Amino acid sequence: MSETVFYILAGFILIFSVLTVTSRRILRTAVYLFFVLLGTCGFFFAMEFNFLGAVQLTVYAGGIVVIIIFSIMLTSDLQDKLEAAGVSKIFFSLLAVTAGAAVCISTILSYKFPALTNNVLDSSMNTIGLRLLGYQENGFVLPFEVISILLLAAMIGSIIIAKKADVNK
Amino acid sequence: MNFNIYDFTGFVNSIKQWLNSVFPPAVADITGFVIIGICFLTFITLLGLSLVYIERKVCAFFQQRLGPMRVGFWGTAQTVADIIKLIFKEPLIAKGSDKFLFNLAAFIVIVAPFMAIAAVPFAKGLHVLDFDIGLFFITAVSSIGVTGILLAGWSSNNKYSLIGAMRSGAQIVSYELSVVLSLLTIIVLTGSLQLSAIIESQRDGWWIFKGNIPAIIAFFIFIIASTAESNRGPFDMAEAESELTAGFHTEYSGIKFAYFFLAEYINLFIIAAVGATVFFGGWMPLHIGNFEFFNKIMDFIPPIIWFFGKIAALIFLIMWFKWTFPRLRIDQLLTLEWKYLLPINLVNLLMMSVVALNGWHF
Repeated sequence: MSETVFYILAGFILIFSVLTVTSRRILRTAVYLFFVLLGTCGFFFAMEFNFLGAVQLTVYAGGIVVIIIFSIMLTSDLQDKLEAAGVSKIFFSLLAVTAGAAVCISTILSYKFPALTNNVLDSSMNTIGLRLLGYQENGFVLPFEVISILLLAAMIGSIIIAKKADVNK
Repeated sequence: MNFNIYDFTGFVNSIKQWLNSVFPPAVADITGFVIIGICFLTFITLLGLSLVYIERKVCAFFQQRLGPMRVGFWGTAQTVADIIKLIFKEPLIAKGSDKFLFNLAAFIVIVAPFMAIAAVPFAKGLHVLDFDIGLFFITAVSSIGVTGILLAGWSSNNKYSLIGAMRSGAQIVSYELSVVLSLLTIIVLTGSLQLSAIIESQRDGWWIFKGNIPAIIAFFIFIIASTAESNRGPFDMAEAESELTAGFHTEYSGIKFAYFFLAEYINLFIIAAVGATVFFGGWMPLHIGNFEFFNKIMDFIPPIIWFFGKIAALIFLIMWFKWTFPRLRIDQLLTLEWKYLLPINLVNLLMMSVVALNGWHF
């Protein structure tokens, strides 16, 4: 059962990944990307990492894709089409893709995945919450706080950029 | 069949056992999924039909008229007639629109609430998805819907649709913050995101009573923000018909228009269900601490009636808002969220943490 689910999800992601890079309408590529991210989220739920699955949904499918679609809506027209790629462009991108795929596949095939038997990962919400804010061993409170400062800096930066100049001056 | 109106666990298990005894395991699983799916589809259809009827009646009574009266007894068959009309209508597609995205958008909008409704606990044992991240799952899948709205506005090739979609996208994304933060205020007390655990923690009283002042403030923020998040009046700027005809679904007709309509009403139900579960104990009857005699009397009323009673009360409250308050302007709407609700919410969350740490709640 879980194997069938895996193959269905894998096929889904593969098809939409290819469509994402080959479509010539810019908003459609964003929508195909949305489906790829939904498929990844399906993997997390299939592996019962429910928290990661829901984070994938909110952050990527509900957040980043919405930002992308917003920016496309503000900048481009419905009839706009990207120009078709030239022969040399197709050739070199195919080359880069094959090289990247070869490196990944050879690494994956050479790695022997040892099955976890004795200590199965506890991915319940409680454990994740305690570990994220834990300052003892295996705690992640320092990276958590550093990331929150980074986010704060990003937000203040974007407000300053978006702020209109003072009209009275 | 051991059917018990107070606890559905045995009933669900007996169906499961019967399926497993008749079919091989894989087929039994799939049959189970299909049965659950059909149950939900039927439920959602009936829900949509009855909510549209109730909305029209509530609206009519607020405006001192009778509303639909001619089809069926007191107009009860009016919405059935409407949906039959919508099914037989020609689905028009505007010239120059992106057909693929145009059709897809309606489905994305309807899929999000379909997924969220699976995690709603209807009664004890009557609960399809009981994740340990239950509440987070509902907010996560609801956030997909906004993509559908943006796509609908963009692919229609219509200025009004585009502006409507932009407004409603900005509105949903901003008010989502307040909804989640106000729910988080109660999660400080429950210590769990699992919906069944949240309900269980209200066995000796609902959080709105037990949680002191911060819980009441959180409920007010929740009901305001979630009304806005579902694009309902007085926050229905996206559809402001006087300025934008009908916002992002201007170009939709027939059954696809019905999808947008249905999605709005299922969202209304999910908001009421989440509010009832987190603040009013879900299907948990009204209990007061260790007042055994009173609790016993309340337990006689079946949980499913408690659940739907609370939901009906919350839905009526939200409809009441729509038909009494005047519509806000878009800048007022965003000011309300970012300058008032969000800061109040953050202070309230801090207050709740202090209350929880000092044990000042009940």
